[in-house]
Parts: sequence; C-alpha cells; structure tokens
Amino acid sequence: MLLIRCPYCEEERPELEFRNAGEAHIARSANITGESDDDFEKFFFIRSNPKGIIYERWRHMHGCARFFNAVRDTVTDKFIMTYKAGEPKPAKVPGVAK
Amino acid sequence: MAKAATRKTAAATPSVERRAALAGQELSATGVKLAVLPTAERISLRAPEASVAALSKALGVTLPRKPKTSASKAGRTALWLGPDEWLVIDEAGKDPLADCAEVTALHSAVGISHRNVAISVTGPAAASAINSGCPQDLSLDAFPVGAASRTILGKVEIVLLRTAEDAFRVECWRSFSDYVFTFLSYAAGDAAA
Repeated sequence: MLLIRCPYCEEERPELEFRNAGEAHIARSANITGESDDDFEKFFFIRSNPKGIIYERWRHMHGCARFFNAVRDTVTDKFIMTYKAGEPKPAKVPGVAK
Repeated sequence: MAKAATRKTAAATPSVERRAALAGQELSATGVKLAVLPTAERISLRAPEASVAALSKALGVTLPRKPKTSASKAGRTALWLGPDEWLVIDEAGKDPLADCAEVTALHSAVGISHRNVAISVTGPAAASAINSGCPQDLSLDAFPVGAASRTILGKVEIVLLRTAEDAFRVECWRSFSDYVFTFLSYAAGDAAA
C-alpha cells in the first residue's frame, strides 16, 4: 500500500484514506459565460495526461477531508511531494532533473 | 376498515421506549472485549482560527490544534478531525450545542448525537483487532493515548480515539454500526487466535 503524506495531517497516511481528484492548477475562468466554446472545451475536457511528472489534486477523504496537491510520477506511481491547496506550483521538484 | 381503526388506536397509546442502535451489545474474545457505549451528546464543529479561543472557553475544553490529537475535560472530549473541524463528544449528559450557541464568534456547530454510535474495543489485542480493517499504524509511538483520527475500518469511515494503551473508542455512523460491530466481532476472534 502506498503511503501518502497529507500536508494538513503532517504525516504519511495509508492510500486507502485518499481519493484522487484530477489534475491540479486548472483555473476556472472568472468570466465563464464569456468563454468561447474552444476555450471552455480546453478548460473542461482537455487534460495533459503526461508520461512522467503530473500535478494532481488529491483529497484526504477519510482523514482530515481536505484537498491538497501532489506531484506524482505516472511511470513509477511514486509521490514526489505534496503541498497544500492554494499554494503555487513548486518551481523545483525534489529529486527530479530539469 | 375496522382493522385500520384498531391500528390507529394502538398507535395512539403511549409510545414505546427509544432504543439506540445495538444498545447494550457486548462481545468477549481472548484479549479483546467489545461493548457498545451508552448514548452521548455529540457535535460537529467547524470554526476558523479566530473563533477557537472563544469556543474553547464556552465548551470548557481547549480545542486541539495539532493533527491527530484530542483534548478531554470533565466528560467532554474534543477530537481534531481537520484543520478547522472538530468532533466534540459529551458523556456527562450536558449539551455542547447549547454552550456553542452562546458564542458570537463565527462558527458552525451541528448536533450529531444520534448520527454516531460508539463502540469500545479494549484488551491487549484491541489494536490488532482494529488493524484488521484499519490501515493506520496503531503502535503507541504513532498513535499514543489520546490520539484521534478519522480513518476507515473495512468499508466504512470511522473516527478512532485511543482512550488508554489498550482501549479504543470507535465512532461510526448509526446505519453502519451493525457492519462495524460484526466486523470487529470477527476481527476480535482473529486477533485472539
């Protein structure tokens, strides 16, 4: 079982307590009615789906119930780091070249 | 028609006594004892940082700010569930909801006394019985006396509180209580074996 560090509980907790909540850092337009269909499609349906590092939202559903963000490698399934919701995308991810 | 009328009269007679889910159920296995705890007053409390001091004063118990901790005073226990969320359990028969109602600071207190059922799991094998369905580390280093956490047991969500080195309080939703008690009964048997 994976151990995922919850930034609010400040410790690693078993995977079963968590839920994935999709890609992180997707900002909803402040003027959603003014969005063109193409822009709305991009915001609503199109996800990056990379091979490698992905930024995701996770929720500590059966714990503190808070949403937070995680950096995960889609190849190894390893969690590289987690940080609180609302914090900016980390410029440097530990242990990753580039 | 006549039958329906009879039924109506029967319903009008003094109502039957209220019986809590699983009331009084107990189970003893080698090293583990399960018991359904008596009803208690409970509230779900949400409040921002600025209101915590005022609420702590009104409740008479300091709301814990550290993750996975609880505070207890005079039969009232406050469990940290999230950064702005607590579960307050009162076993002394006083109403924490009324105490919160006097606080003017921003908060949300919801009475959930009958939403939850509490089961005590005691004995030297208590931790291993709970661990058969709960993935958390329940060793004394990671989960000391007084530690509290929302977590899962088998397929349902529970709130777990360690009341002593070999005693836990398992809080689950009322409609899940039969599942939880049955799950723990089998787990107690396994832990004993």
